Amino acid sequence: MSVPAQLGKLLNWKWGAVLGALLAVSLVAVAGDEDEGKKSSRVPKPHVVIEKGDKCVEDEAFMKRNHMKLLMHQRDETVHKGIRTTKYSLQNCIDCHASRKNNSVLGSNDNFCQGCHSYVAVKIDCFECHSSKPKPMAARVVAAGNGAVVAADYSGVNK
Amino acid sequence: MSDEINVSRRQIVGFGSAALAGLALAPGVLLYDLAHGKQPDEAVSGKVRWGMLIDTNNCKDGCNDCVKACNTEAHLSGGTKETDSQWMRKVELKDMRTGRATSLPMMCQHCAEPPCVDVCPTGASFKRADGIVLVDKHICIGCRYCMMACPYKARSFVHEVVTDQNSDLPRGKGVVESCTMCAHRVDRGQTTACAEACASAGHNAILFGDLNDPNSEIAKRVATYATTQVRADLGLNPGIRYQGI
Amino acid sequence: MQPIAYREIEGRSPAYYALLGGLALFVLFGLSAAYYMEEHGHIVTGMNNQIVWGMPHVFAVFLIVAASGALNVASIGSVFGKSMYKPLAPLSGLLAIAMLLGGLTVLMLDLGRPDRLIVAMTYFNFKSVFAWNVFLYTGFFTVVAVYLWTMMERRMNPYTKAAGMAAFIWRLLLTTGTGSIFGFLVARQAYDSALMAPMFIIMSFSYGLAVYILVLLAAYNWTGRALGDTVLLRLKKLLAVFIAAVLYFVAVFHMTNLYFTKQHGIERFILLDGGIHTLLFWVGQVLLGSLLPLAILFHPTLGKQRPMIALSAALVIVGGLAQMYVTIIGGQAYPLDLFPGMQVTSTFYDGVIHHYTPSLPEIMLGLGGVAIAGAMVVFGIKILRFLPESLENNVVDSHHK
Repeated sequence: MSVPAQLGKLLNWKWGAVLGALLAVSLVAVAGDEDEGKKSSRVPKPHVVIEKGDKCVEDEAFMKRNHMKLLMHQRDETVHKGIRTTKYSLQNCIDCHASRKNNSVLGSNDNFCQGCHSYVAVKIDCFECHSSKPKPMAARVVAAGNGAVVAADYSGVNK
Repeated sequence: MSDEINVSRRQIVGFGSAALAGLALAPGVLLYDLAHGKQPDEAVSGKVRWGMLIDTNNCKDGCNDCVKACNTEAHLSGGTKETDSQWMRKVELKDMRTGRATSLPMMCQHCAEPPCVDVCPTGASFKRADGIVLVDKHICIGCRYCMMACPYKARSFVHEVVTDQNSDLPRGKGVVESCTMCAHRVDRGQTTACAEACASAGHNAILFGDLNDPNSEIAKRVATYATTQVRADLGLNPGIRYQGI
Repeated sequence: MQPIAYREIEGRSPAYYALLGGLALFVLFGLSAAYYMEEHGHIVTGMNNQIVWGMPHVFAVFLIVAASGALNVASIGSVFGKSMYKPLAPLSGLLAIAMLLGGLTVLMLDLGRPDRLIVAMTYFNFKSVFAWNVFLYTGFFTVVAVYLWTMMERRMNPYTKAAGMAAFIWRLLLTTGTGSIFGFLVARQAYDSALMAPMFIIMSFSYGLAVYILVLLAAYNWTGRALGDTVLLRLKKLLAVFIAAVLYFVAVFHMTNLYFTKQHGIERFILLDGGIHTLLFWVGQVLLGSLLPLAILFHPTLGKQRPMIALSAALVIVGGLAQMYVTIIGGQAYPLDLFPGMQVTSTFYDGVIHHYTPSLPEIMLGLGGVAIAGAMVVFGIKILRFLPESLENNVVDSHHK
């Protein structure tokens, strides 16, 4: 029998019922459980030490979804236009969120960036080039616009 | 954690004033212009054209303070293997016919018509509005065509994994890099690391400033004394000029 | 007049599987070399800040240039109406696509950041020859695929001439783009020349045809199909003409450079005291790659013997690789002239000849590209009807007016 005719044979109601049943079972299995931590076959949710939490830049849900977009936009502003505002800059993230233990946002799955990224298996490209460590205090200088040299003002991010 | 961040305002003002006082060596004799200190949220503009004037008469054979300062600033290894990155190097010249010897630092010349920008397929090699030629390492694919195109061999390719970068100067394996004219410092109203090192060592061979500002020290000097651009016949109009060659 | 019948090769003998297996093995070596380079960085290769393009580029540029030249055989049939070449056209198209694929794979895997290929496909600086090449190379695949379709699908045959013309023009643009990669570089004395693009075009004719002849001889010999002298001798005469044309361009290029005093340094380096580069130029490119094949092909008896024709084609390929080495690596080995008339030294190797030692990962990557092209051809002729069943004299003559 030719291939199209063989396929035609499959598309009758009996096979449709079997297919539908399989789909239903899979959907139930996937959507079924709420308490994911209990299932041993599942990957445990990351326990990430945030260091400085609460809404500092934007609220948590927004940041989870959009931090990459903020960073992508900021990097072009800084590199191409020399705009060095701190709010959405990668350096600002690192300065606040670097772990107290190893002074970095990488190193273990407890660290801020690595924890979530390793859980969702999204490779971070930033730290091929960027340092994962916060800037030392003495080096945190910005121009105040009139040429005066001042230390960076991070008062807005303090708890 | 809050203790480390919460520097008192008095400390900031005190530190700032002392720093500012230190920068103004004598009235009018500033090694760079504060007048163009830019706000952090201000974009760079074409009204400014950053450049450097290198007086090779003050450049001593064997001295490489500028190179060392650059290496320190960018966290370069300082090594001189064929695969090591050298953003800046001292070149020793000897006129073959007359025997006169001199030396000068060579780095990215920040051309007004950069061949490296023309050839970059992704546009990673680009010229900022204020004349500084940079590599946008986010979109550099590491093809090294800009290195083939640069008439000054100014660019380096990173051949191995890099760690411990300067937060202001990210660099990594597989992308091309070169002198940034310390854009991270310039944007904050400071001068380049090489010019600062040369001045604090007392040689005063490197002068940084705004070529477009007729009142700047550098503009006045290039208007008064004879200066040359390396490979001027190529018509690239570099922002780095040399005296004494 | 009997129509030419195209048939897939049987491809079931142990020798066939050994060939395919061998090619697959080299592809595997190439891919593992690429992985090794990507993992550790280019420090594991012989390339450095002075010689930024090395063996992978020698192979890749050769493959790309030969790819566009391989299509020539088809163009002579479709565009210039020489009906003897028409049965040869499908293989020509296959070879073109296969070699371009191999060359591009090598180039892409040698990038410092091959993971950023998407960036290369989405961010464009349209002043860059490389950016034009992204479109020219990818477009080439499409144009040749359509061209092959018009040849192999009987209902599309009336459109072969139009598709062939499009492919011909496209490949001229592509090779001009490839030559201009070097020709547009004002910085280096070895390149900075408008002659680069046309020289690459004529080189593509020569290398492409040499590869085509070798593949044709091998395919017909190893499958026991008949390949008559009418076809073969016509092709070998054409190859001889192309070799002579390349020699002419090389001669003019160097003679012009020798006339300019400021170019004497680079010419002296290439022609006289450049060590390996001088050796490869005179012995590799000129002697083995041009003069010896010419002598063989024009010889009244030797030029008609198949082993000698195959040897000539192989020598042209060797000469082509030597030419690529001298151009790409020799051009980088000679230092830039920043301060004319001055003796220059620095820690960054100014003023001295730059050294380069090819490394194993680079050679493996380059050969991997060749193997990709080979595997594609070897497999292609088994699954699709690229090869005429017979290119016997009487079969071809009935078409050949």
